[in-house]
Amino acid sequence: MNPSRRTFLKGAAGTAMVATAAGLLPSGVLAAEWNKPAFEAKNLNDALKGIGASGAAPSKDIVLKAPDIAENGAVVQVEVISNIPGTQSIAILVEGNNNPLAASFNFANGAEGYVSTRIKMGKTSNVKVVVKAGDKFYTASKEVKVTIGGCGG
Amino acid sequence: MAEPIKIRAQLDGDTANIKILMTHVMETGQRKDAKTGQIVPAHFIQSVTVTLNGKNVLDTQFSQAVSKNPFLGIRVKGAKAGDKVVVNWVDNKGDKGSGEATVEARQ
Repeated sequence: MNPSRRTFLKGAAGTAMVATAAGLLPSGVLAAEWNKPAFEAKNLNDALKGIGASGAAPSKDIVLKAPDIAENGAVVQVEVISNIPGTQSIAILVEGNNNPLAASFNFANGAEGYVSTRIKMGKTSNVKVVVKAGDKFYTASKEVKVTIGGCGG
Repeated sequence: MAEPIKIRAQLDGDTANIKILMTHVMETGQRKDAKTGQIVPAHFIQSVTVTLNGKNVLDTQFSQAVSKNPFLGIRVKGAKAGDKVVVNWVDNKGDKGSGEATVEARQ
């Protein structure tokens, strides 16, 4: 019924044998495949687990620019600058959304640890970003107050 | 057919500032149609890839929480004027969109 999930599980099982700690699986391995378990996770912890970043440590080297107050939750401008050397990927999560993981970005061939995008927020909550550099995960977060929600009607 | 992607790539030193604007409804699957009361099915871009001169520079995965008509800004080092930027997206229904632009020297 769902071939992509099949492939994902098969791939994950194969890789897990090599990388004993499943939590440290590089998300880059599955870059081409939409990370369904992580994107469909209903809470922040499961979403973090889905991208393998459960143990992310707070870092001051991540600059997260987001508004203090978003008048319209349907369009919240978020900019992330990672000053951590060797940044490979950035993920943006919204704690208060039904599915917290909003987007993930994998960089290669000279792309800097920088991304700017617009996301939807259902209600006031923390926006959390996770940066992967080497085999480690780092995080930063910022609260954004939402006056009009951007999910649902 | 999907509408064209708007791409602007401008040099700042040897770094290309690439701005991408895609046209897509980015329907969450949580919204009800005001007239029928039925839930509007989810329809959103799931993956975006960006290449510079054929080399992959960005692999992105989106959820339905990315805003309608997604905007994406990235920076790529080691670029020069005339380099070719290609953007491709695929949504959850298998629809595709693509666009290309060349890196411009700063005016």
